[in-house]
Amino acid sequence: MSAPAVELKDLRKSFGKTEIIRGTNLMVAPGERVAIIGPNGAGKSTLFNLISGRFGPTSGEVRLNGERIDGLAPFEINRKGLSRSFQITNIFGRLSVFENLRCAVLWSLGYRYAFWKFLAGLKDANERAEQLVHMIKLDRKRDTLAMNLTYAEQRALEIGITIAGGASVVLLDEPTAGMSKSETARFIELIREVTVGKTLLTVEHDMGVVFGLADKIAVLVYGEVIAFDTPDKVRANARVQEAYLGSVLADAQAAEAGH
Amino acid sequence: MATTTTTNRYGAIGPRDLIIWALFALLFAVAPLIFRSGLAVTMLSQIGIAIVACLSYNMLLGQGGMLSFGHAVYSGLGTYVAIHALKAIGDGTFPLPVSLIPLVGGVSGIFFAVLLGFVTTKKSGTTFAMITLGIGELVFAMSLMVPEFFGGEAGVNANRMAGKPFMGITYGPQIQVYYLLAIYTFICTALMYAFTRTPLGRVLNAVRDNPERVEFIGYSTQRVRYIAFIISGFFAGMAGGMAALNFEIATAEVVGAGRSGAYLLFTFLGGATFFFGPIIGAVLMVIAFVLLSEFTKAWLLYLGLVFLLMVMYAPGGIASLIMMNLRVAKFGKLGRLLGWYAALAVTGFITFVGVAAIIEMVYHIQLNEALGSTLKFMGIELDTKSLASWLGAVVTAVVGLVPFELTRRRFAVRWGEVQGEIEAAIRAKEMA
Repeated sequence: MSAPAVELKDLRKSFGKTEIIRGTNLMVAPGERVAIIGPNGAGKSTLFNLISGRFGPTSGEVRLNGERIDGLAPFEINRKGLSRSFQITNIFGRLSVFENLRCAVLWSLGYRYAFWKFLAGLKDANERAEQLVHMIKLDRKRDTLAMNLTYAEQRALEIGITIAGGASVVLLDEPTAGMSKSETARFIELIREVTVGKTLLTVEHDMGVVFGLADKIAVLVYGEVIAFDTPDKVRANARVQEAYLGSVLADAQAAEAGH
Repeated sequence: MATTTTTNRYGAIGPRDLIIWALFALLFAVAPLIFRSGLAVTMLSQIGIAIVACLSYNMLLGQGGMLSFGHAVYSGLGTYVAIHALKAIGDGTFPLPVSLIPLVGGVSGIFFAVLLGFVTTKKSGTTFAMITLGIGELVFAMSLMVPEFFGGEAGVNANRMAGKPFMGITYGPQIQVYYLLAIYTFICTALMYAFTRTPLGRVLNAVRDNPERVEFIGYSTQRVRYIAFIISGFFAGMAGGMAALNFEIATAEVVGAGRSGAYLLFTFLGGATFFFGPIIGAVLMVIAFVLLSEFTKAWLLYLGLVFLLMVMYAPGGIASLIMMNLRVAKFGKLGRLLGWYAALAVTGFITFVGVAAIIEMVYHIQLNEALGSTLKFMGIELDTKSLASWLGAVVTAVVGLVPFELTRRRFAVRWGEVQGEIEAAIRAKEMA
């Protein structure tokens, strides 16, 4: 009935002669929570970059709520209701936590490039930013410069900036990368809380996170989606086991051997 | 700091700000009553102009992370357009009160920023810097190619005592010009401060910190830079128009690379990370250009040295030095550092005397040989032909430098300790 929140149609991307994304097809319904998994170098981050407009695709289509967005600039895509976070923390270092979040809500509230209004007088923006500070549990760090936060706090701020504009589709690129086990568990809870009712796409390595967050899993191998289904069915999928879980096992063994 | 009063959580302008601004206005009002000489009033007028110019430059550098090597293009072209307008007023062909001449500069600043900034702000970082340098050279070359507008080597003259006097104000006496410029300076400063508290002003900071992320929160970084560049161009043009009124002449050097470099140098020296930094820089700029250049022929060399040391040891400029020490004082730890400051000052001064003596003697050999081999330096007779003078200078420099460096190293350790304690105190407060 309603258009899919995100739809990829035969999406391709080459860097030089190397084709990284090779005809990816994916259809994510509104409100669905999808985890994209795959071995290293499968093109997960590239896929996010194509959807969010960081790169333009070589061919194929990206649709957001039925509307084509491939080839648009990141800010144009963001204005249409898609927001993303980054694997490497990407925040405004010399601004406080509160100012980071206030910046991130301004466009969505229609303040655009205004230089004839005082920030202090923007009641809705201030309230929304204050609410976000609380949501990501950084109340105590409200006035701390972002560059002085701990790593876990910076990751939380990264998520805060991502959801600030109220985008209906949220892309999270390895939100828990580099976190300890206990931090990860708390963080998953936080992500669940702040993305209620949104369409969520995450790239994740941590299988615990994947099964904790996702309704559906898309398996990306060498630039192609080889499976897209519920976690249980993906686990049982022979092709996935062969192509992906095998390599995960290999990775795990290699990691153990390395210790 | 962690303690924010509930009334000012969002950065609204409070009573404390109003007091500071009132004092700022008062300073402009009484300055010429304290410094009464003709030279002082001239310098005060120039300080006003420099404040507007440096603040407009810092809108790019400190607030937007745009390193421009060609800011004088906008102030300089503002001066030229304003001087032509002033001439036209004198000819009776342009019915505008002389008091509004700075606005002519401002409007032309907007015009040229819209035109040239469109190209410049397409890029950021190094590319932006290169393009501004190119445009600066281009406009300077134009000034020699189009003498009809730029007036060639002699420049363009005008007389500000044009049009009808308004309430007895003719702008003949410099003091009248000063007060007009002071009003413009105050208004421009207030407007530029207000800009830092608007949505665009804050997003401009975000563009400075992380342009890539700004694109993912709905803003076109190019557009943000372009609009900020135009606003900065307006204020640069205002400064140019004020200069036209003050000097009644425009020569090619007002659009030249030297002027652009001076904006960069003194904005940085004053401190680009705080709003008031460029104001300090502007005061220093006028003092250096007017007084220091009278004092010694080697003034540019000293300026270069100061700039070098500042970039290396205090990249936040004088403003950040002040703010850091205020923070130390607020936590009651400044007393522990005062002794070190005294030691640094004494050893630093001895080093400076030695180095300056060498510099002055070298300059004397190069420039004033015909006047004989002796020169006066800080009340002492130096002789460039005597070994004693050279030896004395070198020994003084070394005698100062060695203890200075030793003091500096130990001071750096103390400074680090104090900062560590302050951080710990702040953390403890956050946890409480």
